[in-house]
Amino acid sequence: MELAITILLFLALVSCAIAIALVRNLFAVVMLSGVVSLLAALLFIVMDAVDVAFTEAAVGAGISSVLMLGTIALTARNEKVPPRYSLVPLAVVSLTGMVLIYGTLDMPNFGDKNAPVQTHVGPSYIERTPKEIKVPNFVTGVLASYRGYDTLGEVTVVFTAGLGVILLLGGLGKRRKRRRESN
Amino acid sequence: MDSLFNTEFALGHMNYWLFVILMMTGLYIVVARGNLLKKIVGLNLFQVAVFMLYISMGKVAGGTAPILVDNPDQAYSNPLPHVLILTAIVVGIATTSLGLALIVRINETYGTIEEDEVLDIDHDMYSAEVAEMEKFKLMNAETR
Repeated sequence: MELAITILLFLALVSCAIAIALVRNLFAVVMLSGVVSLLAALLFIVMDAVDVAFTEAAVGAGISSVLMLGTIALTARNEKVPPRYSLVPLAVVSLTGMVLIYGTLDMPNFGDKNAPVQTHVGPSYIERTPKEIKVPNFVTGVLASYRGYDTLGEVTVVFTAGLGVILLLGGLGKRRKRRRESN
Repeated sequence: MDSLFNTEFALGHMNYWLFVILMMTGLYIVVARGNLLKKIVGLNLFQVAVFMLYISMGKVAGGTAPILVDNPDQAYSNPLPHVLILTAIVVGIATTSLGLALIVRINETYGTIEEDEVLDIDHDMYSAEVAEMEKFKLMNAETR
């Protein structure tokens, strides 16, 4: 049953991805990318990652769609160049895909209890979180306490990105007005 | 080669292969499409596929979401990949917004967000510069 759901969601995901490649209206592209994020969130729930699912739904389908719509409003509504169908990118992509699939061949099976991922620090976090942090959600315990400095680093990255956006777009309205006046 | 046709192996690895297909669709959009916004969307697709690969590695058969339940024998999926990917999603939106800001800035300078047109304008500017230089050199030679 779970496998059927996974395959169904996945087929919907890939058809959205192919539609993104083909559609030339950028508004449709942004909406499709929002749909991809929602489908991805559903797949994360199937794989037990509820925290990741709601973050993906909020950030991927919410914030990033809004940012992209803003970009469209400031730039262009349609992709100008009709899509070219050259074989080189297709060949490169298929080759890369084959190499990646070759790389998965010696990975443990999906859901394997004895995989290296499951036998290292993961179980100790599950054991210690209820005793030491006293929160029922293990993800919260690891995120906010055991690996809190990762979150600090993340905040630094977000701050730097925000600074970059401000430096790039600062005075955009002023420059536009000046250009309009000079024309 | 024998192991490839083993159903247990194929079912156990199918998720990874599906994610590779999604990842490659994203990569194709990044490589083959000239529109800069589409490139960003393709990059996001690629990113989501990588997230799925990570999350699928943390899944334990028969396990549940990593939230404490009363039953002490309950198996949980590994919370560590979830934590890593939560961080990655937020970093991903930060890089996406920076990319979108760059697109707006490129549109302001070049008046287009198509890669080919930007390259053409760059090429024209370069050849105009070269022609200017040649003229300058000729003038210098004449005065000498």
